[in-house]
Amino acid sequence: MSLFAEVPQAAPVAVFKLTADFREDKHPSKVNLGVGAYRTDECQPWVLPVVRKVEQLIANNHSLNHEYLPILGLPEFRASASKIALGEDSPAIKENRVGGVQSLGGTGALRIGAEFLRRWYNGKNNTATPIYVSAPTWENHNAVFSDAGFTDVRPYRYWDAEKRGLALAGFLEDLENAPEYSVFLLHACAHNPTGTDPTPDEWKQIAEIMERKKLFAFFDSAYQGFASGDLQKDAWAVRYFVSKGFELFCAQSFSKNFGLYNERVGNLTVVAKDSDNASRILSQMEKIVRTIWSNPPSQGARIVATTLTTPELFAEWKDNVKTMADRVLLMRSQLKAKLQALGTPGTWEHITQQIGMFSFTGLNPNQVGYLIKEKHVYLMASGRINMCGLTTKNLDYVAESIHETVTKIQ
Amino acid sequence: MTRKVMLQICSDPTLTLDYLPTLGLPEFTRSATELALGRDSPAIRENRAGGVQTLGGTGAIRLGAELLQRWYNVGGARCGPVYLSSPSGGSVAATLQGAGISDIRSYRYWDPDKKGFSVEPLLEDLEVAPEQSVIVLYASAHCPTGAEPSHADWKQIAEVMMRRRLFPFFLLPCQGLCWGDPAQDAWSLRYFVSLGFELLCAQSFSTNFGLYSDRVGSLLLVLKHSSLLLAVQSQAASLVHSLWSRPPGGGARLVTMVLNNPALLAEWKEGLRVMVERGMLIREKLKERLRMLGIPEFWDHVTQQRGLYCCTGLTEEQVQFLVMRCHVYLPASGCVNVTAISGRTLDHVAESIYLAVTSDLQEYRH
Repeated sequence: MSLFAEVPQAAPVAVFKLTADFREDKHPSKVNLGVGAYRTDECQPWVLPVVRKVEQLIANNHSLNHEYLPILGLPEFRASASKIALGEDSPAIKENRVGGVQSLGGTGALRIGAEFLRRWYNGKNNTATPIYVSAPTWENHNAVFSDAGFTDVRPYRYWDAEKRGLALAGFLEDLENAPEYSVFLLHACAHNPTGTDPTPDEWKQIAEIMERKKLFAFFDSAYQGFASGDLQKDAWAVRYFVSKGFELFCAQSFSKNFGLYNERVGNLTVVAKDSDNASRILSQMEKIVRTIWSNPPSQGARIVATTLTTPELFAEWKDNVKTMADRVLLMRSQLKAKLQALGTPGTWEHITQQIGMFSFTGLNPNQVGYLIKEKHVYLMASGRINMCGLTTKNLDYVAESIHETVTKIQ
Repeated sequence: MTRKVMLQICSDPTLTLDYLPTLGLPEFTRSATELALGRDSPAIRENRAGGVQTLGGTGAIRLGAELLQRWYNVGGARCGPVYLSSPSGGSVAATLQGAGISDIRSYRYWDPDKKGFSVEPLLEDLEVAPEQSVIVLYASAHCPTGAEPSHADWKQIAEVMMRRRLFPFFLLPCQGLCWGDPAQDAWSLRYFVSLGFELLCAQSFSTNFGLYSDRVGSLLLVLKHSSLLLAVQSQAASLVHSLWSRPPGGGARLVTMVLNNPALLAEWKEGLRVMVERGMLIREKLKERLRMLGIPEFWDHVTQQRGLYCCTGLTEEQVQFLVMRCHVYLPASGCVNVTAISGRTLDHVAESIYLAVTSDLQEYRH
């Protein structure tokens, strides 16, 4: 008898199942608007030209070897990654109270931050500290925090389905009513899955309450540069909080904005009150890292560090990022235009108002089901579509499919 | 060879940087599993052995620990005590604790009188371990001692573990660098599989491929039936999802390429032989130097142990002396990485050890 006989089959992650179903579908016009990765207009993955260039530089650099990185990661990477998030002239960096932990993508950064908070925040090992995640949020946020040991992961209001925008009043109310020292997971920009971000003014209101109620800001920044095409603009919220004197964590991913998905490049930026706090925090982070992956992989970090610290490469990268962001913006405006031209019932302004990779279409589960089954257009049950799955070739088909769906199914 | 293959990979226009599957590159985990168990392993043929690509050996241990903590013997007593050898390497205990395993005990392994491995105390400890305890075993190249059970010892260990329903969690930190032959280094693991054990094995490719910073590892799962393998892999995927989401691609691709290309495979195996020969040579020379200096004890254990490590048997005071007076750095356990000794430093190391053993170390006593 096996000691694993009682192990149940785990439910597959929804977005992976969607992609698997898409792969099996033989329909010639099928479209995958599910998984969150950039695709070109030919619907292909895109290795950024600057990345190819830097890969060659690294491969031909015989002074580099494969010796273990330090536990916290490549120093040049950590410093340049934090700088990209907080800005060259960040007071926090000048005051030496910023640290970085190189992590396995954004997920790894979130997990390290969560493990640290569980051990050291709001008392010791206080697993009951409420962790607030937006409703809706990226499906893995819940798992990361509960697997790190937190027992109370709860939603804060975020998406207003009726007005198809930010549920600001509900959000602010949930902030006001949150127990002191609760942790709030905030999307720095290009909210996943809604594509709806607070305006600067709304961020100010959020920050004001968080400061007053002593709530901890844990930013998830997976799309810097990718959202608006402008690195500074996409980092506005994080930098604003820093300027208000918050201590905070920011989990950065370079999967999307560098197209380095499988290299697993991320950074947990820690902003502390002073350098003494920062160094003690990092020392504890080291102990946590040691027992999960021991030390991080070097390749992706080298690519990012080299790019960010070499002016010509940095300029080329910003250009590559803008290429991606611009294509997404183009698809947004063209989809909206086509739906309006078809006279598709409902309003479609939100498609161009939302930002980043994703759009919350507002389609209901029945409509989603129809789109998938009858039209072979794959999207998440929530109605989320990945704009990168749209191309000039499939736009018409997708627009017509949405039109047909909305008119047939209510 | 690594550089050559890396350049090939970089220049391949068909390779993208798209996410790997959560469980890793299938060709990699298949190759890693075959390397560990042998291509003709019954467990592979019966579809009940599979791997999960992890972040080096540490990632494999952590994932294995998480699986055991949550899913081992779910209907029964859950994950009881986990036994580690005494002494045990690096961060194994801390990694287990990171997964929430708190009941960590030890079994006797290193015999300070024999300066090697003794099987009797280990067997005694296994006899009294609670049934279904997890026993962490180095398949070869024990860290930190370098001392190995013989095949006869392994047979006795397996017999007790089978009888007392103890669960093997093997560590395979540098397959090929112990005996210079990957099959030899996996003998104990394959023996247990042939007896029908279910087991986990944490494989690291850091050292045997020199890919330390690429973080290449695999958690090998061997279950009783293929349906169980699928269920456990699905749970592993769920755990991976909230730990690191997906593994990194580069290193795994390189390892896969080497293991599946006959010319590269031969080149790799030759490289292993060269490294092991160098290690043996250093051991021989160190022992010979010590003998010529007139060291008062036998230092046969230096050449009897295998792999990267040598447990010198030096006391804490002697180690302190080495560090502070001779600038020879080694951990308090007295276990050293022999490959870190070069032709240039050998004399100094030998002389320092001789001094440590023969001097009056009053000032280093606590």
